[in-house]
Amino acid sequence: MELRKNCCFSVLSPDFTITCIIITFTIVILRVLYVIYQSGKLLHRSAAEQPLSTLIVLGSGGHTTEMLNVLSALGNDRFTPRVYIAAATDNMSLLKARTLETSIAERSGVREISARFMQIYRSREVGQSYLTSVWTTLLATAHALWLMIRIRPQVILCNGPGTCVPLCVIAFLFKVVGIRWSSIFYVESIVRVKRLSLSGLLLYQLRIADQFYVQWPKLQRKYCRAHSVGCLM
Amino acid sequence: MEETGDAVKEKKLVFVTVGTTCFDALVRAADAQDLKGELLKRGYTHLLIQMGRGSYIPTKSAGEDGSLAVDYFTFSSSIADHLRSASLVISHAGSGSIFETLRLGKPLIVVVNEDLMDNHQSELAEELAERKHLYCARPQNLCHTIASMNLESLLPYCPGDATPIAKLINRFLGFPDD
Repeated sequence: MELRKNCCFSVLSPDFTITCIIITFTIVILRVLYVIYQSGKLLHRSAAEQPLSTLIVLGSGGHTTEMLNVLSALGNDRFTPRVYIAAATDNMSLLKARTLETSIAERSGVREISARFMQIYRSREVGQSYLTSVWTTLLATAHALWLMIRIRPQVILCNGPGTCVPLCVIAFLFKVVGIRWSSIFYVESIVRVKRLSLSGLLLYQLRIADQFYVQWPKLQRKYCRAHSVGCLM
Repeated sequence: MEETGDAVKEKKLVFVTVGTTCFDALVRAADAQDLKGELLKRGYTHLLIQMGRGSYIPTKSAGEDGSLAVDYFTFSSSIADHLRSASLVISHAGSGSIFETLRLGKPLIVVVNEDLMDNHQSELAEELAERKHLYCARPQNLCHTIASMNLESLLPYCPGDATPIAKLINRFLGFPDD
């Protein structure tokens, strides 16, 4: 055993190993930079009218109302099939989404709703201790990965619940690895006038969101890559 | 609504709502005697308090001999009806409650809960107050706000519109403009 190990190391000299690591690292960095560069550009598709599979991450209360307002304004036949995700402890949001989907289905004369509704574990509930939240964060990340592997959306719409961060990070990694190219749209909630939310700040600074929208001009002046779109409520 | 006798005074309701939160400071401020006096002076006849999960119980009053009629409840599925029948709404700073009231075109005072840890909610109330769509107050200066407010100076709020953002998203994804 000892001999073979030595032999192995003699073939791969330390210099060679280090060079390999540096090359791999450089390739990864270049790929990440390329993905960031490409993400900011308009999407060029060969079939511009083809619908895109869409993931909608719902928050609670006001967040959901804002997101459903955006959805109502988007062309439903362009963003299909749709998948909704909300926190496992939040039943109201999915209920509201189901109501919207039912009205869409009724308008187009379809009996069955084609959209899917899923729930995701939250990494940390309000008031949970930090010690146990290490474990729950791991669990939530694994769950997010499992959901994203199943959905592999082309478009992601989110507006601020903490649950959208792991989902968007995974979507970004999918782009880097080449599993699925997706466009990530982040809409900051109307309640944020002067400062971004933590989720928003992360996705903005890490350049994970392809397009970043804010509702107040004050916020746009502070974060110049964001687009000011006016109030949604 | 119609009352008999010489008290055919028009009902003017002030509706206080804390939503699903616990905001005893607001309920206590609304229950204060000087605030009720101020409301009476301004011609309001009824005060209805939705107290949510709070533990402070306001004092009920039938509103005899010209005093303010006070009533309260914890939760109700018909908040929208109460908002509609109100002449003045005093609300916590939740965005749902704010925009629902503004859409109904009701005069609104938003009271910011300073006990909340991450108090970003005051940002929205202050911005909308700066734009003269509502008054923004704290529990301790609510009475003063009511005494000094001029509801005529409030501007109606035009509900938001999602078409600009929809246009940007569609364009980014290469969908042709409609």
